[in-house]
Formats: sequence, C-alpha cells, structure tokens
Amino acid sequence: MKYKLGSKKLEKLKPYLYILPAAIIVIAFRLIPIFLSFLISFYHWSISGTGRFIGLANYSHLFKDPEFWQSMLNTFYLVIFVVPTTIILSLTFAALLNNITKIKGFFRTVYYIPTVTSMVAISIVWKIIFNQQSGLANFLIQKIGMEPLGWLSESRGIFTLLFAKIGVHLPAILGGPSLALFSIIIVSIWRSLGYNTIIYLAGLQNIPNMYYEASKIDGASKFQQFKDITIPMISPTTFYILMMTTITTFQVFSQVYLMTGPPIGGPLGTTKVILYYIFETGFGENQDLSYASSIALVLFIIILSLTLLQKKFEKKYVHYQ
Amino acid sequence: MDSIKNISVYVLLSVFGIMMLLPFLWMISTSVKSQLEVNKGNIGFIPIEDYQEMSFNGSPHRVKIVKTVGDSSFIHIFNDEGRIIRAYAKVSNSALHHVHRIKFHFENYVKAFNKVPFGRYFLNTIYVTLFTTIGVIFTSSLAAYAFARMRFVGKDAIFYLFISMMMVPQPIYLIPSYVLLNHLGWIDTFQSLIVPWFANIFTIFLLRQQFMTIPQDLFDAAAIDGCSRFGMLWRIALPLSKHVIVTAGIFAIIGSWNSFMWPLVMTNSESIRVLQVGLSYFSQESSSQTALLMAASSFSIMPLVGLFLIAQKQIISSVASSGIKG
Repeated sequence: MKYKLGSKKLEKLKPYLYILPAAIIVIAFRLIPIFLSFLISFYHWSISGTGRFIGLANYSHLFKDPEFWQSMLNTFYLVIFVVPTTIILSLTFAALLNNITKIKGFFRTVYYIPTVTSMVAISIVWKIIFNQQSGLANFLIQKIGMEPLGWLSESRGIFTLLFAKIGVHLPAILGGPSLALFSIIIVSIWRSLGYNTIIYLAGLQNIPNMYYEASKIDGASKFQQFKDITIPMISPTTFYILMMTTITTFQVFSQVYLMTGPPIGGPLGTTKVILYYIFETGFGENQDLSYASSIALVLFIIILSLTLLQKKFEKKYVHYQ
Repeated sequence: MDSIKNISVYVLLSVFGIMMLLPFLWMISTSVKSQLEVNKGNIGFIPIEDYQEMSFNGSPHRVKIVKTVGDSSFIHIFNDEGRIIRAYAKVSNSALHHVHRIKFHFENYVKAFNKVPFGRYFLNTIYVTLFTTIGVIFTSSLAAYAFARMRFVGKDAIFYLFISMMMVPQPIYLIPSYVLLNHLGWIDTFQSLIVPWFANIFTIFLLRQQFMTIPQDLFDAAAIDGCSRFGMLWRIALPLSKHVIVTAGIFAIIGSWNSFMWPLVMTNSESIRVLQVGLSYFSQESSSQTALLMAASSFSIMPLVGLFLIAQKQIISSVASSGIKG
C-alpha cells in the first residue's frame, strides 16, 4: 500500500500541503493587505519615499474633508434610489415570470444578459444614449412630448428640476441627486435587475403551493395572496437582495469613471462616488495612498457592518425554520 | 378572462425584455451606421442614409448644401471620417445627386479593431483569464478536498479564516495590494493580474460542499484497492464534480474577463493591456467616434454573451440557488 511509503508524520502533514497553494494566496493577497491597509492609514506615506507616523491624522482630516462628505452623499443617493427600485421591479418581474410556463427560459436569458456584459462596454453605450444631441434618451423623451434634458452634464438636482416645472423654487439642500447622478442611478438599476429577478424567481418557486391553494379556498384575491403570502414568505430573499445590492452599490466605480466628465465625477462633483474618490486620491495626481487607505477602510467598515447584519439575520431565519 | 390576463403578462414581460435589450439593440444599430449619419442626429434603429453626394477627386464624396443660388450651390465636402475637406465650394446642381438607402457599415468593426491594438488586448485578456481560471480550479480543488474529506488540527479555524475573507470586498485590497505588488516589482506585469487571483474562496466553498456530498463508501473502496489520497481526488472526487467545476470555471472566466479597476491600477504598458482597460482608453481617446465606440463595445462583449448563451442553464441555476442558500 502506498500509505506505508510515507512516515506517519508525513501523512499528518499532507492535509496542509493540499491547503498550501490556496493558503499562500489568501495570506499574501487577502490577509496581509488588510493589515497593511490599516498600517498605511496611520502614516503619511508615498510610494517612493519613506513614511512618517501620524496616528489618526488621516481620519481626523477625513471628517473635515468636504469632498469626502460629498462623495458619501452621492453614494448614499445612489443606494437610496437603486436598492428599493431594484427590489420592487425585480420582484414584480419575477412574480410575472412565475405565472407563465411558456418561453419562461427565454425571458430569463434575456433579462440576465446585462449581468454578464462588462460594465466598461455598458457604460460606453449608456454614455452615448445620454448624449444630449445624438443620444437615444433625448430622442425617446422628445417622442413623448418632453423637452430634451442635459442628462450627464446636468448638475442641478432632480427635485429642483421637477419642482421648477411647476414654478416652485426648491432650496439646494432638497435638490436631491443631480440629473447626472440620476443617469448613473438608471444604469445601475438596469444592470442589477436581471440578476435579482433570477434570485427572486428562485425564491418564489420555493414557496409551497399549498398556501396559495388554501387561501384560494378562503376566497383570497390575487392581490391579497401577493400581499399576505408572497411578500412575507419571500422576505428572506428580499433581505438578501437588499443587503447584496446595497453592498454592490457602495462599490460603483466603472459607470462613474467612464460616463462622467471630464473631469470625472462631474459636473461639479455631483457624481463622484466614494470608490472613485478613493481611486482619485490614491492613484491620481497626488498619489496619496495613505489617505486613500483611510477612506477605503471607512468604506470597509460600512460594508462589513452590513454583511454582519445580514449574517445575523440569516442565522435567525434558519433558527426559526 | 384567463387568456386576456395571460396575454397581458406576456406583454409586460416583453416590454421589460425590450427595456433590458434596448441599449444593446441601439449599440448594434449605431455600430453599423456611418459616423456622418450619427453626427447628423440620425438616431433611429435602422441605418438609413439620406444625403447629397458628388464625385470629387475621382471618388464619391458626401456633401452638405449650405446655400443654393440658381442652378449652382455652395457646399461642404466631407471625407469618410466626417471631416470637412473643402468648405464653401461652388458647384453646379447637376453634379450633385441625392442618396437615400439603407446601408450597413460593417467595416466599422474592422476600423475599430485596428484603430488601437484590440487584437493584442484580446490575446492578453485570454491569457490572463485562462491562467486565472486554471489557477483557481487547481488551488480550490486541493483545498476544498482537504476541507471536505481530511481530518487535521486547526481545520475549522483555517476554514473560517478563509470564509471570513469573503466578507472583504475587492476594492479594499486595491491600495495595499498595489503597495505589495510594487514592493515585489510586479506592477505592470502579467503576474499582478494573475497571481493574486489564483485563489477564490467562494470556489473553495462551492467545491467543498460538492465534495462532502460524495459517499464515503467510494473512497473506502478506492483505499482498499490501494488508491492514494491524491488518486481519490483525481479519479473520484473531480470526475463526480464536473458540473460544479464547470460552473466555477465559468464564473472565474466572467470575473476575470470583466475585471476593470484592478488592471487599470496595476498595469500601464500597452503590451500587457487587457481588453476592458483598452476599451476604456479607446473611449476616452475617440469619444466623438460614436459608431466605432459602439462597434468596439459590441465585439468586446460578444465572447462572454456567447459563453453565456451556451452555458445559460448552468449559470442561471447556480445564481438562483445562491439566493436561497444565502
């Protein structure tokens, strides 16, 4: 037997050898970078020169940095608009899809295509769609009798624009996301719909049919069934989608990088999202990697809290089952 | 009643489907238009051309009439790229003739492909994707096998350490990895695009789940026949897990092919530039060449859309199950 060839000790070491290749990569390129990230954020440091320990100075600077707050606000707008819309639309379409038997697969495939296409190509296409003169967006809204819009070059808030139509002048603070950021929101929703529709559909198919049959006997309408059976039964999926979409929306980058500007994040910084601000700080003109690192860690803490919240909820749910 | 309801469901679903596909349809239709038509504001989905043409220097050129006086006109003459090569030329009206036709400019694809070295970008992307995918499957199978079928000290602790790494989103690694790779002298090399992605914790998790479902009897029988541990992985576990490996491979390919921010930061030279970064630079350099940009976007997404259409069942069913299990 081959087992005899190696000594007992070697046999004990074997499992570690199986893990070794993956472990080397995980330690070198996941674990160490996270610690390094904290370390860098306590320094004033550049890639060429030596660093100087400055403690929490990067963090205290961060709280006074208007650009940081602006990009947090922009990211927040993005989340607030993208997440609920995605949930409502993908649940609606999953529910419709769940009603049919023919060519269901065809629709699923069609809806999923945006998810596998690269964000770079998608952003290029949407940038041209939103082009003021020769874009499809203005062409379509003019067809339905609306005035052409500035889309990606419009820095005024969408609520400001909306209320101006009825002659109300809204204070800037209530203006909402700029129309430029709203264009990014549209693209982000469009991109996330297919994936979430598939997840919802799977969730819907998991609801036992007997609930619907029982309620039918009791004379419940389709709407009542949806409200009192589907929505509560699907809530774990909704929570999963809520968390996952929030986490991915916090990491929007390519849309902003490719669709806005010059300068990127414009007009007037209204589309600068947190990840682009990190990129610009760390790899732009100043190459301030240590400050960028501290912003990245703030983003990390936000995302980590959301993830932990999700895990906690999941455990509870499994427990109740 | 029911059939009306049914039809309206299909109508709604179709409207939604068109909404999802509209950007792609418009991308393709714009990609085969001439740039001059695009500039003129010809936005429709069919590449109709409508213009005045005249023979100039022995070949037909598109012209724009500025003003007609009697039987002659002042015109601008354009070249193929849409630039004016002669302004306010005065010609007789009989030299002009009206063109109205549908024409597909498939040559836009060739033009875009040759404008920047897209061939190189494709090869680089295939190279990176291939090695990353092979690496991921290799490291993940080994590790997943150990986690699923072996007993050793610290197994759970190591596994949870791995799993906890999954909670860290990719952008968080960006800056420290840049520092690290710079220290290793790997910035602007293929290694920086491949090696850090040699392991994928989600794939390890997926394969571990799969390996755990294989009955122990199979392994016991193999052991009696003198099969080594590695032999069990190679001859039993892997062949029985083909579908999971293919799925994991497909997701690795999609992830690697579409990866953008990482190669944007880690590389600079054109010789190792990957498709997404090349496409991004192309869009910044040729922002006015709408038709060519659309052509480039089209051919950049084609390989993955093709892969998706072939493997859609696998992709969709594994995405669907990820939501249920969480």
